[in-house]
Amino acid sequence: MSSLQMPKVDDSILSKKDKIVSDIGRIINPKNVLSHPDELRPFETDGLTAYRQMPLVVVMPETVEEVSNILKYCNDNKVKVVPRGAGTGLSGGSLPLEDCVLMAMGKFNKILEIDYLNRCVVTQPCVTNLAITHAVQDKGFYYAPDPSSQIACSIGGNVAENSGGVHSLKYGATTNNLLGIEVVLMDGTITKFGGKAMDSEGYDFLGLMTGSEGLLGVITEVTVKILKSPEIVKAALIGFPTIEDAGNCVAEIIAEGCIPAGMEIMDKALTKATNDYSKAGYPTDAEAMMIVEFDGTEHEVEAYIKKAKQIAEKNNSSSLKVSKSNEERLKFWAGRKAAFPACGVLAPDYMCMDGSIPRGKLAEVLKEITRLSKKYDLPVANAFHAGDGNLHPLIMFDANDKNSLKKCEDFGADILKYCVKVGGALTGEHGVGIEKRELMCEAFNDKDIQQQLTIKVALDPNSLLNPGKVYPILRKCAEEGRVHVHGGKTKFPDIPRF
Amino acid sequence: MEEKQNFQTSLDFNQNIFKPSTREEIVEIVKNCYKKSIPLEISGLQSKNKIGRNFQAEKTLDLSNYKGIIDYKPEELYIKVKAGTPISEIEEALKKNNQQLAFEPNDFGYLFSGESNSGSIGGVVACNFAGSRRFKVGSVRDHLLGFQGVNGKGETIKSGGTVVKNVTGYDLCKILSGSFGTLTVLTEISIKVLPRPETNKTLIIKNPHVKKALDYLGQSLSSSTDPSGGVFYPDYFGKNFILNDLTHDGGLTGIRIEGPMNSVDQRIDRLSKELALIGNEFSVLDSVQTEIFWNKTKNLEVFKNSKSNLIRIVVPISETLEVIKKLKKDDLNYFIDWGGSLIWMAFDHLNSKILSEIKEITKNHQGYYTLIKIEDDFKASADIFTIDPIKYKISEKIKKSFDPKRIFNPGKMYTGI
Repeated sequence: MSSLQMPKVDDSILSKKDKIVSDIGRIINPKNVLSHPDELRPFETDGLTAYRQMPLVVVMPETVEEVSNILKYCNDNKVKVVPRGAGTGLSGGSLPLEDCVLMAMGKFNKILEIDYLNRCVVTQPCVTNLAITHAVQDKGFYYAPDPSSQIACSIGGNVAENSGGVHSLKYGATTNNLLGIEVVLMDGTITKFGGKAMDSEGYDFLGLMTGSEGLLGVITEVTVKILKSPEIVKAALIGFPTIEDAGNCVAEIIAEGCIPAGMEIMDKALTKATNDYSKAGYPTDAEAMMIVEFDGTEHEVEAYIKKAKQIAEKNNSSSLKVSKSNEERLKFWAGRKAAFPACGVLAPDYMCMDGSIPRGKLAEVLKEITRLSKKYDLPVANAFHAGDGNLHPLIMFDANDKNSLKKCEDFGADILKYCVKVGGALTGEHGVGIEKRELMCEAFNDKDIQQQLTIKVALDPNSLLNPGKVYPILRKCAEEGRVHVHGGKTKFPDIPRF
Repeated sequence: MEEKQNFQTSLDFNQNIFKPSTREEIVEIVKNCYKKSIPLEISGLQSKNKIGRNFQAEKTLDLSNYKGIIDYKPEELYIKVKAGTPISEIEEALKKNNQQLAFEPNDFGYLFSGESNSGSIGGVVACNFAGSRRFKVGSVRDHLLGFQGVNGKGETIKSGGTVVKNVTGYDLCKILSGSFGTLTVLTEISIKVLPRPETNKTLIIKNPHVKKALDYLGQSLSSSTDPSGGVFYPDYFGKNFILNDLTHDGGLTGIRIEGPMNSVDQRIDRLSKELALIGNEFSVLDSVQTEIFWNKTKNLEVFKNSKSNLIRIVVPISETLEVIKKLKKDDLNYFIDWGGSLIWMAFDHLNSKILSEIKEITKNHQGYYTLIKIEDDFKASADIFTIDPIKYKISEKIKKSFDPKRIFNPGKMYTGI
């Protein structure tokens, strides 16, 4: 465990471990209560592997009633609870606490209903994001939000983090594609927010719960809307001699009224690294490379690709290739999606940041990152969801060198602060978790944070559900860890990221 | 920015209607009312103020002077405005850049006063009523990027920002959308804007039967032709539409297709084939007539001179037919929007017995209703919104967390909230 400060450990809970295990063993099947260190080890971290902590006990409920009874028990006995889905989160949202019951939702793994007439799927929360699309694709439908870890991440975790993806500019993030959830509150109350009907009466609790990072309730059922797959998808691979040219091209494409399904930019360092790694055929001499993708009907896509081509040429594009087949299109993306492992080849360790900026500030922010890179003497490669302004700088360092790690953390914090300074946000899609917790005061003042904490207290008066996440503990803008990868080994090295 | 704690304004606290033009004044008014526990009615441009329960408020906070565009960045797809800014002013500014509010806010002016009044952006966010494009682009809440507001203690709070991707902290934009001014006085609002489609056309299918219409709508919405609007007007209303290319009068199903010119033509053509329509069964409205047709829908113009009560019912499309069958009496007029999920239904007579029937039916069919227009005599006792006991309890807690002394629009949504 690093020096990360977490809520004070309650020794009386630690000393009651055996009683808690046997009590919960009466609420659920005792086989689903894990307490031996060997059984707990797999749950000690999530996708943010720099931080590890064994929980007190792991419980694996099978029904919503069990979830409710466990939460009620924990609430009555003042035991902290940390919910966990697939454990792929990149901000440490499901990092256990020493004195917590880790509620692993893995047994909620069934799709409950596919309703084509209402164009929705009702599912348990630990079904993976991609499994939803797989379940409906034979009828030509899909679930739009596509975080790059979609092969492994759970839909419940997507709701908790309000996950985005490459296509969120056109199709929105999780919150815009949800119709309803079933939630259990810390006091054991089971309730449903939303359903198959659009919007819902009264306060929008569905919206409040989405992205609340497991602090307000445990999600036990999810209803998502599904969309008809577009008839055709095409992508263009465009090289630019400068970052400014690429940035201007993004702004003009948007201003022209084209909303691409996805629009990605990589800088020269990352273009070269990913091309070496995946042989994607990228223009490695370009200072910036863009992948822009359009979907829709054939005429529509042709019209937009033509327009994008004209705009790119006007902005001095040095190369331009339009996908001629779906295979070629996927090849364009292959390099981009391999950004993590490609960086793993370049340096022993790297950290992935997740800032959000106004699209027009791209060149300015990248210039600042280059300046900081020199200042801290650490190399950096940049990937950018240009369509929606979500920047992912990958800072390379050597974790065996303590000074290097500290420099990397300072560098990362400086980048995020700069994102906020130019009108952006601390996190676009990875969540705050423990990772950016102490940076919250860069984005919010005390009153803003206090209002959010009041909501937390209203629903969880004893602050037992996932404490120590999202909101600052230190009350200073300390710089904490980032997505930390050692020797190219993430918890799930084979999962594509962002 | 932190508000100044000791500023001087010329506010006269003896007046009953405050019309602040600065945020400092709003803060001072709210702080004063908080201190003295004075209930405040929050009002904008009076376009939707009749929606909601009757409640007693000693003072009114009228935001109509707190208006203006603060920042509009077309290339960043957002506009930041003060809460009292008229929707019409925002739409005009957007139009100059070929952009729009994609959620098509309803204009309730025709319904309540017989003439256009699309209200203020603050009111539109507070009510969260989206127009015909709802099923494709989301509701008002899906377009609210960030806000600044004043909570019930007079503290200035904010959430979100101006960028589309932002998961920093709880998404308070959502909880404030549709809260009918009961949680926070919105002061600044950042809204996502989108390009206006190059062109649009509407496929109008001649048919008087709701069952057939719902089949057409269901099929269209599940097709890759990507419609952006789907309505059904029964005979009674269908004949109100007089448009050059409308080749019949009576019941009609309208499906809107938007995008680049040749793509729209291609999709209209394909959709008519997918729906197996024959020549004299349908007509196609060009862009000008399409604008007129969907504006009339957005503005609920078919109810313009109606004296009836109006209820807004939302159900999953699979339930719409049953709900209409159960509710439809001879004296009822209705039309269907949102591709089959939204029913606007007029009732000449409404009493608590009928209303509890409606409540039961919508609930059993996984939906909900909101009373939009209702005769004054009945309004005092009627449930305007539906809610279950668990959600009521949670709502009470949330209300308290924003507005501990219940000074904002107390009772507008539910008794005690």
